[in-house]
Amino acid sequence: MTDVTELGVAAIREGVAKGEFTAREVAEAFNANVAAAQDALNAFIVATPEKALEAAEKVDADRAAGKELGKLAGVPIGMKDLFATHGVQTTAASHILEGFSPQYESTVSQKLWDAGAGMLGKLNLDQFAMGSSNETSYFGNVISPWRRNDGGNAPLAPGGSSGGSSAAVAARLCPAATGTDTGGSIRQPAAFTGITGIKPTYGRCSRWGIVAFASSLDQAGPMARDVTDCAIMLEAMAGFDAKDATSLDMPVPAWEAGLSADLSGKTVGIPREYRMDGMDADVAKSWEDGIAWLKDAGAKVIDVSLPHTKYALPTYYIIAPAEASSNLARYDGVRYGLRDLPEGANLQDMYAATRAAGFGAEVKRRILIGTYVLSAGFYDAYYTQAQKVRTLISHDFKNAFTQCDVILAPTTPSASFALGEKSGDPLEMYLNDVFSVPASLAGLPAMSVPAGLNSEGLPLGLQLIGKPFDEQGVLNAGLALEQRAGFTAKPEKWW
Amino acid sequence: MPQGYQISQLYHPLVGEGSIEIALDEKDPEGSNKTIGIERIHVEQDAGKLMHDQHPTMSYVDLNRSGVALMEIVSRPDMRSPAEAGAYVRKLRTILRYVGSCDGNMEEGSMRADVNVSVRRPGEPFGTRTETKNVNSVRFVMAAIEHEANRQVDLIESGGQVVQETRLFDPDSGTTRSMRSKEDAHDYRYFPDPDLLPLELDDAFLEECRASLPELPDAKRHRYENALGLSAYNAGVLTAEVETARWFEALLAAAAEAQGRSEADVAKQASNWLISELFGALNKAGKNLEDSPVSPEAGAELLALIGDGTISGSIAKQVLEKMLETGDGAAAIVEREGLKQESDTGAIEAAIDAVMAANTDKVEEYRSGKDKLFGFFVGQTMKAMQGKANPQVVNEVLKQKLG
Repeated sequence: MTDVTELGVAAIREGVAKGEFTAREVAEAFNANVAAAQDALNAFIVATPEKALEAAEKVDADRAAGKELGKLAGVPIGMKDLFATHGVQTTAASHILEGFSPQYESTVSQKLWDAGAGMLGKLNLDQFAMGSSNETSYFGNVISPWRRNDGGNAPLAPGGSSGGSSAAVAARLCPAATGTDTGGSIRQPAAFTGITGIKPTYGRCSRWGIVAFASSLDQAGPMARDVTDCAIMLEAMAGFDAKDATSLDMPVPAWEAGLSADLSGKTVGIPREYRMDGMDADVAKSWEDGIAWLKDAGAKVIDVSLPHTKYALPTYYIIAPAEASSNLARYDGVRYGLRDLPEGANLQDMYAATRAAGFGAEVKRRILIGTYVLSAGFYDAYYTQAQKVRTLISHDFKNAFTQCDVILAPTTPSASFALGEKSGDPLEMYLNDVFSVPASLAGLPAMSVPAGLNSEGLPLGLQLIGKPFDEQGVLNAGLALEQRAGFTAKPEKWW
Repeated sequence: MPQGYQISQLYHPLVGEGSIEIALDEKDPEGSNKTIGIERIHVEQDAGKLMHDQHPTMSYVDLNRSGVALMEIVSRPDMRSPAEAGAYVRKLRTILRYVGSCDGNMEEGSMRADVNVSVRRPGEPFGTRTETKNVNSVRFVMAAIEHEANRQVDLIESGGQVVQETRLFDPDSGTTRSMRSKEDAHDYRYFPDPDLLPLELDDAFLEECRASLPELPDAKRHRYENALGLSAYNAGVLTAEVETARWFEALLAAAAEAQGRSEADVAKQASNWLISELFGALNKAGKNLEDSPVSPEAGAELLALIGDGTISGSIAKQVLEKMLETGDGAAAIVEREGLKQESDTGAIEAAIDAVMAANTDKVEEYRSGKDKLFGFFVGQTMKAMQGKANPQVVNEVLKQKLG
């Protein structure tokens, strides 16, 4: 029998539907991989093999009864531990939420279960999704399954914040996983681990039940082996939700059925501001490859300008912490999670002790930054200014999209780095998001597709940014890249 | 607030400027009026409530209202006395209840007042104000202002300065005390809530609001006076509470129909009966209009019996009492108890003749100019006829016979 853990979403769904294997066999195989890799990779905070089996058995029973199967029937997935899952611990990888078991299910996860998917477990991440390397998790950092080809075996970052998701998909612990992207948290880890991930247009996926980081930026999306699997999964995740006032009240297109790698008549924009001095040579090379591949697929390639690109990162690091400082005010030790009540403490003391003990250093840093930029006397200089720049960045894209249909750029300025290599310097860590943050600020759909390996044998991703609501255009350009890149590399199993 | 922040409309309140009229003497709504400016109405989240009286050593937090939208109605500094503030709060409550947006129950906290008070010497600009939060009755609003104004005057006269601060009213002592000192003055760190998209209210929605606006108390009062010919007092009483006005209008419609007359024709009768008869009877029974055993339709039936002369006003009082006791209809009671009014001139003449024969001295006195005795003869005649005689007929016949 084939090793089902080598299969992606579409292949598993097809195999289950045709009876080549049962959903239960699939769940068991992935459950085994999850358990075997936990010590080495630390991709999961909690494994839920029983949930995966339960969903699989239902699919097998439905199939036996001749019932119509869902879009994800028989596909077990990993759930980023930022989604509230009913009765299953939800922590956002923080100590302050340790032991919190939600009374309700997030809209996105519920949609996935309704489509027939099962849950293998809750995936590790950067604490409150704040980080680019998974080193801020309270539950220990995730180790990338990839290693450099120098024989040094240095543990590498799987990217962040969706680092558990990226490592698990790359290491065949799950065929697909959910991610969330606030400034690049789906695309950067996907690029670091040689998988595919798409952040849809802001509002496509309901944020209800996702632990909030920065509400105007947070957006859920799928992370999977390839573009088709992402299209299938995104279709199941997206849709209007009255419980999220920013949710898009638009029908969900049939992205899977609309996939086409023929880009004739399409124009691809290459933003000249992304071409930076001292750019990593391998990254520059993969970008050139990408341009050639899209031309080969029939697209016309032109230069475009996004003049405010250099302001995107500082803008992001004002707006996101500002919103976070407000969103994280609710963790006070009163209603859920950790409570630190020192002897003789009053209410304020309890708040302070709980937050001091419960939040990690990066979370505290961002709360402090956010509190500072919103405080009287600094508000106009920081927050108001950042909102203005955000509008300018949106206009940059709007102008560019009068000339082109989709934008091609690298996903990250470099391949994965070793753990500890950048965690000492927050600013250097923040630079990881330089190519991903502008699309987040503009709320645009953006995707990372594996493009090849660098000289160290590590994956590099190419990013496609589309017009608002044009996930199809992004997916199609991604498919064209994927077919030409022929990326089949996978991490050699060492765990 | 469980989420650690409160959502409020800071820059773009839902409702802009307006004003309401208050009567300086509420017993005389047509007397001198004053306009109180309304700066804005904005919507914000209600907070949690601390309850200190549920447990001997602990305080409880009531989050039932937490996060629910409330409207904050911000008035201009136009009120100059506790009485004006009281009148303003009462008028506001009446309007809100008419519109149906709030039941105005201050005791239950569905309406609270944040009372800002400042004092100044004549001709000087406004002094520094204090804000007394969450005052929960009109009486307390007035008491809080009284106390706070006196406190500020005393403070200034003894050489002190008023500090801008938030204060609490203690209903037991009738005093206010400081709640937040200046040292922990808050930096609210307001910013636009990214979870809420901008709300655009289009003209069609505004039109719908306008169209669904009910007749407001002042307009109703004017209509009662001008179109229905009610006295200013009656119109004021009937429009003070929306429930009273609703009851009255139901009574009016039913009475007009039962008597085949226009509403204007029966309005005086209906309003007098409601205010002087039904209110009194209900009051005696310890009941409100809302739980009145007599419905507007039943009231109209009674009014029709008075109107067509079947019963007299004084008999109607007895009938109403029976109606309140038994819940039966007026006509049935009149029939059962034999209370029909006697308009037969013959029977009345006979009774009058008997009264005059028994009181020849009084007849003499009357005839020699003691007009006041007329009432005595009416009373005796009515008594002789067990109150069932038509008083108009009695009057006429008496006048004839006494000469």
